[in-house]
Amino acid sequence: MPGIDEEGELLRFSTAGSVDDGKSTLIGRLLYDTKTVFEDQVQHVEDVSRRRGDERVNLALLTDGLRAEREQGITIDVAYRYFATKRRKFIIADTPGHVQYTRNMVTGASTAQLSIVIVDARHGLLEQSRRHAFIASLLRIPHLVFAVNKMDLVGWDEQTFLRIENEFRNFAARLDIQDIAFIPMSALTGANVVERSVEMPWYHGPTLLHHLETVHITSDRNLIDVRFPVQWVIRPQSEQHPDYRGYAGQVAGGVLRVGDEVLVLPSGVPTKITRIEQHGVEVEAAFPPMSVTIHLADNVDLSRGDMLCRPNNQPTVGQDLDAMICWMADRPLQVQGRYALKHTTRWSRAMVTDVLYRMDVNTGHRDETLHTLGLNDLGRIRLRAMTPIIYDPYKQNRATGSFILVDETTNETVAAGLLLGD
Amino acid sequence: MITYRRSHLRALEDEAVHIMRELAAERERPCLLFSGGKDSIVLLRLAEKAFRPARFPFPLLHVDTGHNFPETIVYRDRRVAELGERLIVAHVQDSIDKGRVAEETGPRASRNRLQTTTLLDALLDNKFDAAIGGARRDEERARAKERIFSHRDEFGQWDPKNQRPELWSLYNGRVKRGEHLRIFPLSNWTELDVWQYIAAEDIPLPDIYFAHRREVFSRDGMLYAQNPFVTLLPGEKVIEQVVRFRTIGDMTCTGAVSSPASTLDEVIAEVAAARLTERGATRADDRFTEAAMEDRKREGYF
Repeated sequence: MPGIDEEGELLRFSTAGSVDDGKSTLIGRLLYDTKTVFEDQVQHVEDVSRRRGDERVNLALLTDGLRAEREQGITIDVAYRYFATKRRKFIIADTPGHVQYTRNMVTGASTAQLSIVIVDARHGLLEQSRRHAFIASLLRIPHLVFAVNKMDLVGWDEQTFLRIENEFRNFAARLDIQDIAFIPMSALTGANVVERSVEMPWYHGPTLLHHLETVHITSDRNLIDVRFPVQWVIRPQSEQHPDYRGYAGQVAGGVLRVGDEVLVLPSGVPTKITRIEQHGVEVEAAFPPMSVTIHLADNVDLSRGDMLCRPNNQPTVGQDLDAMICWMADRPLQVQGRYALKHTTRWSRAMVTDVLYRMDVNTGHRDETLHTLGLNDLGRIRLRAMTPIIYDPYKQNRATGSFILVDETTNETVAAGLLLGD
Repeated sequence: MITYRRSHLRALEDEAVHIMRELAAERERPCLLFSGGKDSIVLLRLAEKAFRPARFPFPLLHVDTGHNFPETIVYRDRRVAELGERLIVAHVQDSIDKGRVAEETGPRASRNRLQTTTLLDALLDNKFDAAIGGARRDEERARAKERIFSHRDEFGQWDPKNQRPELWSLYNGRVKRGEHLRIFPLSNWTELDVWQYIAAEDIPLPDIYFAHRREVFSRDGMLYAQNPFVTLLPGEKVIEQVVRFRTIGDMTCTGAVSSPASTLDEVIAEVAAARLTERGATRADDRFTEAAMEDRKREGYF
């Protein structure tokens, strides 16, 4: 029975693209061909297509959520979709592709393990394909799929495909992406999406779905550097559990085992793990993304926002931070501006001390003459935090290397930040 | 030999537990919306996982329309007693008696929409600044874009075009006085995940989720339980049939499906093979307009 197997893993991927690339049709195709779409949803889409006078049933409507978006025919926010096969369960973060939605792309990319960049085979590599790849690289998405769509409109021509692949490989050499797959397809006909294409015998690689089901994801997690941000202290102080004291949190890196020597940061006090529980059940080892409760040998002073690590492998503790950020608010960033900063399970306040440059999201070009950042801008800044932040460079650990900035008067989340190393 | 693999259900559980603990740490007065339906039943199990052996750092809140299935109320009270947690019940009837809302009339009258007022009043009366709910993004189109920490303004309204960006697992739990958050730990779960989790964790459910003989009548292509709150239309006839419920809401708007599935495994097999979404199949409240759920959510619905 499909989806019943509990042993299947979870793969989160993002898609970026515009209506013209056929992104919504591709997602509609994935949902439809994996039999995820229900009859009432298909019925609904047929009704709406007919009422709007569309020529054919528009699979893209399956993924358009809010009324404003349906009226305007665009995807303006991140929408999450779900499907499962016998091998894996998938979460799609479906994001718009235009430059004015960079912040939505960054949001979708932040939790993705894989990103699909969709290009129209007739047009080849466009500015926006470069932008999507650049964001995927910046956000350290380990796997990229380059979906060359609408192959039916170029006569299933191998040379066209190879030319696009080649062009992209040249561009990608400047990016930091570990794994890229190129797949020629047609979302409209379904070729190489779920079913293998008979029209392109020259292509010997996997279909999109097969690739999604089999791409190796275990090694994407950081299983080396032990990082455990304390989230919540469980202390019942009840008659039954007078002395129980457990430190609850989600493992952000490495493998923690009972008996391990650990260090409490920022205090620097050494102690030992005596017990690891997962909701009352003892476990031998804890690794990402497990939510666990840890017991320590000594009665150390430890609270939310502190971190456990190994004595010989410590994160940086500091107040002067160097970061790439994506600005997400209408009101531009203020140099000397103060913001609330959330990093792992710790809130602090921070002042932006400098804007070093703004980065052109299409070309990677750095503009050092601008000293502010506006909505959807990416740029490098310096921050001074009021309290020490316990962090790793984002490229070593996405969980301990990321933060958000919040406007203290409106409580809006105004920026997403990636910490850089020394 | 440890393989460091994490099955998708366990990864979803890890995420949900993390969300609950973040909420508990970031908000002073949260509550958990418990309806006796399967999604909120799963929330209770996740709260146990997040906070035991201590007590939950929040009370449970049930908005009781007075039109519930009696089996749901029996289950609710039993479960609350087993957990030893505090339950607050807010009654739609009280909102009607106080003149806060007017009872709908006619054969299709429902208290579904009225409960939004009762819910918002209860949040205000108890000074709750966050409410954990069991909504899932796969349930309905408008929910696909809902945040996990979802902001509500001082009128309890949701503004879908002006949501806070939500990145990584860094949730922004800040609100001003009078505003609140809705927290959805099951955002990334599907109906099938919920059922598989119930099976994996062996969580007891109200009996009406399983096949039973019941007096029903057919309306608008759906089967409704014969109940004291609905007047039959001319031509509608009560018949006895073997049915079960896929979702549990009010007796006035929750349809049954004809099904012989009497065990969890049989239900899961049916869900996996189902060709209709659970809300599309059995919830009249979502059918009125193309954007029915979006409209109700803007007003402050669950």
